[in-house]
Amino acid sequence: MFEIFGVPSQALFGQLLIGLINGSFYALLSLGLAVIFGMLNVINFTHGAQYMMGAFAAYLLLQYLGLNYWVALVVVPLLVGASGMLVERLFLQYVRQLDHLYGLILTFGLALVIEGLFRNYFGSSGEPYQPPDLLQGGQNLGFMFLPNYRAWVIVFSLVVCFVTWFVIERTRLGSYLRAATENPALVRAFGINVPRMVTLTYGFGVGLAALAGVMAAPIYNVSPQMGSDVIIVVFAVVVIGGMGSILGAIITGFALGIIEGLTKVFFPEASSTVIFVIMAIVLLIRPTGLFGRTA
Amino acid sequence: MAASVAPPAPQARVDRAHGAGTAIAFCIMVALLAVAPFVVYPVFLMQALCFALFACAFNLLVGYAGLLSFGHALFFGWASYLCAHAAKRWGFPPEAAVLFGTASAGVLGAAAGFLAIRRQGIYFAMITLALAQMMYFVALRAPFTGGEDGIQDVPRGRLFGLFDLSHEMTMYVFVLVMVIAGFLFIYRVINSPFGEVLKAIRENEPRAISLGYRTERYKLVAFVLSATFAGLAGALKALVFQLASLTDVYWTMSGEVVLMTLVGGLGTIFGPVVGAFLIVAMETYLAQLGQWVLVIQGAIFVVCVLVFRRGIVGELARALRVSL
Repeated sequence: MFEIFGVPSQALFGQLLIGLINGSFYALLSLGLAVIFGMLNVINFTHGAQYMMGAFAAYLLLQYLGLNYWVALVVVPLLVGASGMLVERLFLQYVRQLDHLYGLILTFGLALVIEGLFRNYFGSSGEPYQPPDLLQGGQNLGFMFLPNYRAWVIVFSLVVCFVTWFVIERTRLGSYLRAATENPALVRAFGINVPRMVTLTYGFGVGLAALAGVMAAPIYNVSPQMGSDVIIVVFAVVVIGGMGSILGAIITGFALGIIEGLTKVFFPEASSTVIFVIMAIVLLIRPTGLFGRTA
Repeated sequence: MAASVAPPAPQARVDRAHGAGTAIAFCIMVALLAVAPFVVYPVFLMQALCFALFACAFNLLVGYAGLLSFGHALFFGWASYLCAHAAKRWGFPPEAAVLFGTASAGVLGAAAGFLAIRRQGIYFAMITLALAQMMYFVALRAPFTGGEDGIQDVPRGRLFGLFDLSHEMTMYVFVLVMVIAGFLFIYRVINSPFGEVLKAIRENEPRAISLGYRTERYKLVAFVLSATFAGLAGALKALVFQLASLTDVYWTMSGEVVLMTLVGGLGTIFGPVVGAFLIVAMETYLAQLGQWVLVIQGAIFVVCVLVFRRGIVGELARALRVSL
């Protein structure tokens, strides 16, 4: 045990770890929002609800089908992603050509419906979900105790973020996607099925949210309101980072998580507001966001 | 850019029918509200009236300037807290407490608006939502708000030292007069040269800039006005229920005012009033259904956006070919 700035190292690194974990989720969620916004021109307010659906799906698979965490990690993003594609076909495709605000209001309404349904069936108290056996326990690093599961979440979400970045920025599929974002009509003229790409992109973004939900299930309680709690913070993260850049969304997510964690150590009263305050400051200094292109 | 929020009716007909249609509708509204307390429970009416003013204030911003704020609970809720605090702990008379709450909302609106108008479209919505959430956490932690309990037993007091507001009917008349005054003020703003510039910004902001308008100033003034009247509604609500609580600053409240305005008709004069009465009635009668209210609200959002974008009053105005 030693102290840094009068704070015991255990507390400092403990909060730093929580910050990194929160940052992983901010990064995954804002990444999904940015991908969806790029392609659909819709801010997906349902994102929080879909993250919550991911956590609940993992819980239900374990509870009723006995399928463990590792299966859920693969199956749940596919399932919830498919439900997302259905949402896009049924609702979102009709608001794309309208003003932005209709997409926002529509997805807000969907989020209310989903949250309300889950509250009806599961109450609002929340259900526990155990981390998988393989990742139980933790390592004593000397200056802090590192639970294995938390280390896994950080590493795995970094990998997912990197893969997403790689696919969008460095592969042929990603180049179609970016081209369709810039000029859908021209891309269609080249014989690429843009509406199908839009549906798949939405499904992918939703799948990312569901993946974050599965990873979050063992850390936070699985509860119907877990999505709406986090989505507003993620919106602030998106405003700070700007949605122009994939890498920007990832970096901003992790950085803000860490800042939030540090605030909990040094100035706990401000920990729930610090991200919003940073957003206000960024708006004053650089209105387009840290990584944003000029609107 | 913005495809118009509310599709306007053909202009020639509007001009001819404009004054008459609005005047008749206004008279009907006032007459109904004058008779209503003898038929319906006055507290329900006062609640609906407060929300009607809240929705009208919100509509000024979204319907006429094209700015969708998802954080209007900030002004409604904080004015409610500050009015309650002034009336209860500082012993302000009701008129001063309401004025204090309303003015504070205006100040908060200036600060939030200054930040939010730096970005357009969906960013504007996300910024207002985030700022409101920040102030929700402040309200949760601040000592004077009473945390989860809120500020209870707020005294209604005597208006100007003359009228005892603890009497339901007197309170009703006070709320009605304030709400109608707010409604008329907003109507005047919408139909002023200032309002015309707002509509120009909604339709095509780059064009308005090219014509020499400092659009960010117009947007800021619209934001402050909207926040101020949202504050007046919140302050009145604190006196009606003698309570200021966290519900009024939470994001669900911001969503509710969007819902009321959308159902009634974005960018219509009477739409927010109709929407507010409908939604408040729905919530009152469906209260025993618990969480289903959330599902029903969400479903109404979805249906409105997909097939009913003009809202009730918007559709009515289109059918009658008048502007309401």
